[in-house]
Amino acid sequence: MSDKPVFDEMWGQDETLRDPYKGFHDWFAEEDISRLRAKQREAEEIFRLTGITFNVYGRAEAEERLIPFDIIPRIISGQEWSKLSRGIEQRVRAINAFLHDIYHNREIVKAGRLPEEMIAGNEAYLPQMIGVQPPGGVYTHIVGIDLVRTGPGEFFVLEDNARTPSGVSYMLENRETMLQMFPELFSRNRVRSVQNYPLDLRRSLAACAPSGTSGKPVVAVLTPGIYNSAYYEHAFLADQMGVELVEGHDLRVVDGRVAMRTTRGYTPVDVLYRRVDDDFLDPLNFNPDSALGVPGIMDVYRAGGITIANAPGTGISDDKAIYSYMPDIVEFYTGERPLLQNVPTWRCSNPDDLAYVRDNLPDLVVKEVHGSGGYGMLIGPTASKKEIAAFRAKLKARPGNYIAQPTLSLSTVPIFARSGLSPRHVDLRPYVLVSPDGIKITPGGLTRVALKKGSLVVNSSQGGGTKDTWVLEE
Amino acid sequence: MLGKTAGGLFWMYRYLERAENTARLIEAGQRIALTRLEAGDTEWTSILQASGVKTAFDQEYDAVTRDAAVDWMLRARANPSSVLSCIESARHNARLVRTALTGEVWGATNAAYMKIREMLARKVSERDLPEVLREVRQHTSLVRGMTHGTMLRNEIFDFVRLGTFLERADNTARILDVKYYVLLPSVSAVGTSLDNVQWETILRAVSARGGFRMEYGTGGGPAEITEFLVLNKRMPRSLAFCVGKLRSNLSYLHRGVQGQLPSMAMVDQLEQRYLSHDIASVFERGLHEYIEEILGQLGQIARQVEIDFRFYE
Repeated sequence: MSDKPVFDEMWGQDETLRDPYKGFHDWFAEEDISRLRAKQREAEEIFRLTGITFNVYGRAEAEERLIPFDIIPRIISGQEWSKLSRGIEQRVRAINAFLHDIYHNREIVKAGRLPEEMIAGNEAYLPQMIGVQPPGGVYTHIVGIDLVRTGPGEFFVLEDNARTPSGVSYMLENRETMLQMFPELFSRNRVRSVQNYPLDLRRSLAACAPSGTSGKPVVAVLTPGIYNSAYYEHAFLADQMGVELVEGHDLRVVDGRVAMRTTRGYTPVDVLYRRVDDDFLDPLNFNPDSALGVPGIMDVYRAGGITIANAPGTGISDDKAIYSYMPDIVEFYTGERPLLQNVPTWRCSNPDDLAYVRDNLPDLVVKEVHGSGGYGMLIGPTASKKEIAAFRAKLKARPGNYIAQPTLSLSTVPIFARSGLSPRHVDLRPYVLVSPDGIKITPGGLTRVALKKGSLVVNSSQGGGTKDTWVLEE
Repeated sequence: MLGKTAGGLFWMYRYLERAENTARLIEAGQRIALTRLEAGDTEWTSILQASGVKTAFDQEYDAVTRDAAVDWMLRARANPSSVLSCIESARHNARLVRTALTGEVWGATNAAYMKIREMLARKVSERDLPEVLREVRQHTSLVRGMTHGTMLRNEIFDFVRLGTFLERADNTARILDVKYYVLLPSVSAVGTSLDNVQWETILRAVSARGGFRMEYGTGGGPAEITEFLVLNKRMPRSLAFCVGKLRSNLSYLHRGVQGQLPSMAMVDQLEQRYLSHDIASVFERGLHEYIEEILGQLGQIARQVEIDFRFYE
């Protein structure tokens, strides 16, 4: 698939301006480049003043950094979006059904569609969740599905983030910044709003409150603290929802409820949107050294006294080994053909797959099953001989730790470079909310862009930036 | 609201107020230095003493010079009360309580932090000092203005005010004490024109010169100025005013709570013992001793507020 020219979302494959970009292009053609350059700097200033920063681990000085923002929007037509969102909804429904099943009857294993060891031997599987009924029947309250595009109608799911997907604050602030800087763009183009996300999130969380909740559910956001890399986002979401932002030491179990320390004593919490990993959630039930969690919260949870969002143990559904079974999983639980494609994946635990992967390393992307953030992966086509040899050794030592995928020819969207527009590879993370009232997908999501020319790595920790993402009204 | 948040707000506004008042103290020092007759840097010793940082200063420096004193109070990271440290602590606490602040207050705090940090990245020359001090005051005022203009009047606001006025009362008392330190050695100067110039510097340091003239006309000496800064209930930096605000904000927080809050009882006691007599009796007791005692009481009230509202446990 690398022989085909790269699909550019503005110019297609044959330099013809695509429809969704027409309104934008008219505007851009009239713009003065030096004014835009000033606007790009202004955007940075706005981000810095608002404090939209991420913390870099292990650096005391200069600890707060900006994720670069590019002012050229990524534009998706209403039609493209409605097709995409149907696929996302189907996938998220399947993920929730899958989680319920593997923590209860394991029908999918009994049916022979998923090997038993994929569950039992999986680090992300939490035995503590077996038989637990999460309030409202929801496991993944918030999901971020990472998508990449290779052609006009070709979208692939790269990863299902079903633990604690981050980045939604950038989606909101990117739009806010664009509205401030280029109001005229939004009167020329009818762009679907994203600003209701925080309210939708609060409603969605409240709808999942334990059945015994009386009155308006008390919602709180649990953060590992001010030094966490995503602290800004935790504070931002709590603020936008109008709920408390708590740390582990603000909470304790009182009379069978999880309660927060207020100026007037302890008040029970009904729904906890936690941005703390499973492992650190409860030192009594998981990692005993964790200072970030709440001792005993899992016992309250199992007794139905609190909603934890996302539920503990959801990580197994975005595990890279499980990923390769997703087409089967979708079909098994929805009875429908999957609307969104998976990237073909070789499981290195399988000897045939491993042989293929070893023979084709220079053409493949190899990832750790439990890795994230773009670390610990090999991108064959751009790797040196030495890097490939090193990876070959790793594969030999622990084949089960890796999966491999073909190098996709990711679509590009122009960024505003020194010389004007210049194409860069992008991905897309839409945000999905799940509650008993239904599944809600905010139009658009976060577009991450690899700012280095030719690079395929969009992660902010490795030189990636972000863009405002537009979905046009149909 | 969370106890932690209440504590964060309390400290955020204490540090903002302290940044501003440290800037005021430096300004007072600078003016005294410019109006004194004899050579030497004695006033900086008293300024350092008044701001409560003399002991730590002595561990870093062998002698008190103007340059060292200004730098210590303005930029030293080792000095938790330097303007830079205060602004950094205020902003750190603001991040901690981000959800309790409006976007405008957060934005103004962050802007203050960015601007002041940039200005204080290098040593400040004597020539640039007035502008730097003015910027510090303007930025902290902007945060205060945003606070007044955009924040709900709920318990969040009460903790904001408690922090502000506890710190301000403490700082006004310290500024008054500068006078004690400065003039103590030169009793002969009492009542001279030099003496009056220096008392006026105290007024300037709390932006009270105009207010004082409104209240006392062209007359008024040390006793009146002290009375103004201690007992005047309309002067927004006086001890009586600040303590009055402590009482009213504590009483808002007290609504719906069973029994008497210990911190509230302590404020009542402070008012009765120290702020309900005339200024003559203050001088009888000795101004310095009087101020020392008030500073001690304010410290105890701050500790009691922490306990009463569960800042830490």
